[in-house]
Amino acid sequence: MLLYNSAAFFADVKPVDFFTGSQWDPESAKGKYSIAPLLVSTGLVTLGAMLIAVPLGIFTAAFLSELAHPKLKNILKPFIEMLAAIPSVAIGFLGIVLVGPGIAKIFGLANGLNALNGAVLLSVMALPTIITISEDAINAVPQSHREASLALVANKWETLFKVTIPAALPGLIAAVMLGLGRALGETMTVLMATGNAAVLPTGFLDSVRTITATIAIEMGEVPFQTTHYFALFAIAVVLFLITLAINLAGEYFVNRLRKFHA
Amino acid sequence: MDKIKLSAHRLNLHFGKKHVLKNIHIDFPNNKVTSLIGPSGCGKSTLLRSFNRMHDLSPDVKIEGDIQLDGNNIYDKKVSVTAMRKRIGMVFQKPNPLPKSIYENLSYALKLHAFPKNEIPGLIEMALKESYLWDEVKDELKKPAVKLSGGQQQRLCIARTVVLRPEVILMDEPCSALDPISSHKIEELIMSLKSNYTIVIVTHNMQQAQRISDKVAFMYLGELVEFDSSENIFKDPQKELTRNYVNGHFG
Repeated sequence: MLLYNSAAFFADVKPVDFFTGSQWDPESAKGKYSIAPLLVSTGLVTLGAMLIAVPLGIFTAAFLSELAHPKLKNILKPFIEMLAAIPSVAIGFLGIVLVGPGIAKIFGLANGLNALNGAVLLSVMALPTIITISEDAINAVPQSHREASLALVANKWETLFKVTIPAALPGLIAAVMLGLGRALGETMTVLMATGNAAVLPTGFLDSVRTITATIAIEMGEVPFQTTHYFALFAIAVVLFLITLAINLAGEYFVNRLRKFHA
Repeated sequence: MDKIKLSAHRLNLHFGKKHVLKNIHIDFPNNKVTSLIGPSGCGKSTLLRSFNRMHDLSPDVKIEGDIQLDGNNIYDKKVSVTAMRKRIGMVFQKPNPLPKSIYENLSYALKLHAFPKNEIPGLIEMALKESYLWDEVKDELKKPAVKLSGGQQQRLCIARTVVLRPEVILMDEPCSALDPISSHKIEELIMSLKSNYTIVIVTHNMQQAQRISDKVAFMYLGELVEFDSSENIFKDPQKELTRNYVNGHFG
């Protein structure tokens, strides 16, 4: 159905306009259907979220499994896992009343509903996934690797960065992929907190509208079997292809690394 | 009298409430092979691991007494653990190559120590030759180390230790996971390394201990029962317990 409906869309709108235009404005008389602003929005929010969540998540995981005192770990872990249980609409709400105004204040903006806000919130949502899976991956590194490294005169930090984390890399990549999938697919939070402006953004401080938010907003009101209706399927296909490509790339890297493990 | 390289004095070690090493006194002579023998669980490996502070990783270990390398206590607060470990290398029971290529397994420690870049390939080649591994791997140094056979992996682990030019090499049952032919190669390797290194080896194999060691220490239930030349321990032990063990009556 996805493909059939998108094919119907491309009968109405030339693929060139779809990918190269700069406006998404289905309501106007001419009907402008360009995925570019949505794609850039999605990319911007997801990239921002990953820039925050990946280093933070992996280092938190490394800290929890290698350095933290067991007591501290027992306090922190349930707290982190609880983050995953917060509904996305609640996080979006926090974005509107807390993070958004904060960003507005720091950067001196009229309002803080922009890509940065979305990125911060999505990173919070991706963190539990990334931390939990990364920690498992780091724990799964055999103790003998650490001993080998220490006996070869590495200190604790060198062992962590040069042996333990590289050895856990396939698992860490899986963690990042799952976090990325969470961020890419998230709808409600970004719909609420990023300002919903379907124009080509120029930076993190612009309002954006992601592919998922666009589908969620417009699908309910679009007349059945119109170009606009088909267009929503077409952008869904693009989102699907992106997710697929990311997963395949992840799989490829994981396999390349695996051959160094027993 | 041989020069003493490494020694333990009044060494006591507890894992939590368990008293694992009981008042150990032992001196390892320079450039000799000393074997630690004894039934499983008698504390041989624990003793060996305390010689390069591998217990630092485990929580609730308590160590009393001192271990001296050339007369300096390695548990002294002022001692740098890494500097000490550079002088005391260790080979583990199960071959544990790092999940890297053969070459990187050897260059790892050299790079950490900021050896000049242009010297590294030469040092690696030398260490692999000393470990009788060079001819087998010289054309595939980029191959993942885990693709080697068990015996080759263990020789790689020895090469990786040797490349740093330590003074003492600790070996924790290096042949227990290997077939007889690989074990034989490792034994030859140990014999050839002896002239340059002080070697302490834990082994369960009496024939092996007899073949390779100059001195043998017999341990039982955390105590050092008898420590003498290999010949005396195997031919004319002073203690009943030692005699029974080396003759295979228990253990």
